[in-house]
Amino acid sequence: MTEILASIRDLGVRYDDAMALAGIDLDILLGERLAIIGESGSGKSTLALAVAGLLPDEAACTGKIKWPRLGHAPQPGRDIGFLFQDAGPSFNPVLTIGEQIAEVARHHLELGWGEAYEYTLHLLERVRMPEPHRALHAYPHQFSGGQRQRLAIAAAIAARPRLLIADEPTSALDTVVQAQIIGLLDGLIREAGMTLLFITHDIALASGFADRIAVFHDGRIVEAGNASRVLARPQAGYTARLLASHIDLDTPPLVSGYPA
Amino acid sequence: MMGMTPLLVAADLSKTFAKGGGRVVALDHASFDIAAGETLGLVGPSGSGKSTLARILLRLIEPDGGSVRFAGVDLLALKGARLRAMRARIQMVFQEPLAAFNPRATVAGALDDPLRIHGRMDRHGRKTAIAGLLERVGLDASLAGRAIHEISGGQRQRVAVARALATKPDLIVLDEAVSALDMSVRGQVLQLLVDLQREDGIAYIFVSHDLAVVRAVAHRIAIMEAGRIVEIGPAQEVIENPRSATGKALISAVPRLRL
Repeated sequence: MTEILASIRDLGVRYDDAMALAGIDLDILLGERLAIIGESGSGKSTLALAVAGLLPDEAACTGKIKWPRLGHAPQPGRDIGFLFQDAGPSFNPVLTIGEQIAEVARHHLELGWGEAYEYTLHLLERVRMPEPHRALHAYPHQFSGGQRQRLAIAAAIAARPRLLIADEPTSALDTVVQAQIIGLLDGLIREAGMTLLFITHDIALASGFADRIAVFHDGRIVEAGNASRVLARPQAGYTARLLASHIDLDTPPLVSGYPA
Repeated sequence: MMGMTPLLVAADLSKTFAKGGGRVVALDHASFDIAAGETLGLVGPSGSGKSTLARILLRLIEPDGGSVRFAGVDLLALKGARLRAMRARIQMVFQEPLAAFNPRATVAGALDDPLRIHGRMDRHGRKTAIAGLLERVGLDASLAGRAIHEISGGQRQRVAVARALATKPDLIVLDEAVSALDMSVRGQVLQLLVDLQREDGIAYIFVSHDLAVVRAVAHRIAIMEAGRIVEIGPAQEVIENPRSATGKALISAVPRLRL
């Protein structure tokens, strides 16, 4: 029997007069990698914010999200880690990386500063930061986009959350760095037995490691199921169209050898 | 290439930028050519120099060394009126169309600017030309009066293509031109670019970090790393048999549908 971490029932979100999500029923299973696929305006990021309890004040929310396993409302940062597309604004520019990640460990794991720094160094090694000792004392702007995303992963997993929500975590990165970050996330999730909610527009990227896929369109779920089933036998026309629009190295090119 | 007279020949382009008290080599003796009607894909990781190269060809920045001949003319030596005239022949489309337009402009206004600056048409002639451009990029004439910020991202990128076409260019530099688009829209814009090329024989330099998208539209592919072109050849050959480490890394990084 698979245990349910979060159970979403009839969730709806509105901003002023615009509907962002409606009638969402979805379970997040303990230990699974659940991919939320959608294009712009599909409501996928609103879902991520709703699950994390991070919706802005002006959002009107209906329906329920229950956390049977926790027995209380999840605490962002402690029970849920969050990775955004752009890690830059997640960091305070005038504090060192060490200060910021150690603070998470101090606050949520009740460590002293010394222990928290030790633990942070260990985290930086786990996310394979080159020269972790130097990274500890460096400032956010001194890192490349890919390295900043590694640091954001270290901060997101610092409190050992049960659930990691990653909203387009590699969309601002080039494909080579993207592959490295996905490999890293995949390994960390496995090691720690975390649950992953992975939000992306890229169905091929999700196909590489998701257990289940939910496809969103215009604020609704058009289909959800085991990744292999959704990819091989999509039931919704919209999913089939998304799959058909994917371009990879096996897609027939639009031009032939040389210009006419 | 293959006995054709190249439209553009770039040789030994180099550029360094000052950064944090030191210097960063953005381009290191990059050389390539491109024929009329051809698409050259320029692929590489972030910081490999591909956008610097694109901006030099557009004369937005000056290289430290090297030369560019375009249609037999020394492009880097052009100044004043001759440079402005040449700008009509080399156009550009960037990743984020909203940042590339005056946000308060209408669609018609955005297309009217290049026609007014580079063309010799009266108001009525320009109006006819704008209608023709919208039709060529598959946009309804009713969009002409809409504000740029009101239309969708895909429509906006079609307007950016129409604006580039307005001056009847020989070459369009496309810098991550489809990277910000939804997948379903991306394929349509790529098909539009290919169709326009077949009709007009426009050459494209298609800059992207996404090798799969480049392969879909490029006749040849150049792979960049650390400011150098480490590999260049027919698209199919580069994809099937990459010789550079960067080429191999880019190929293995393309997300594949695992069914």
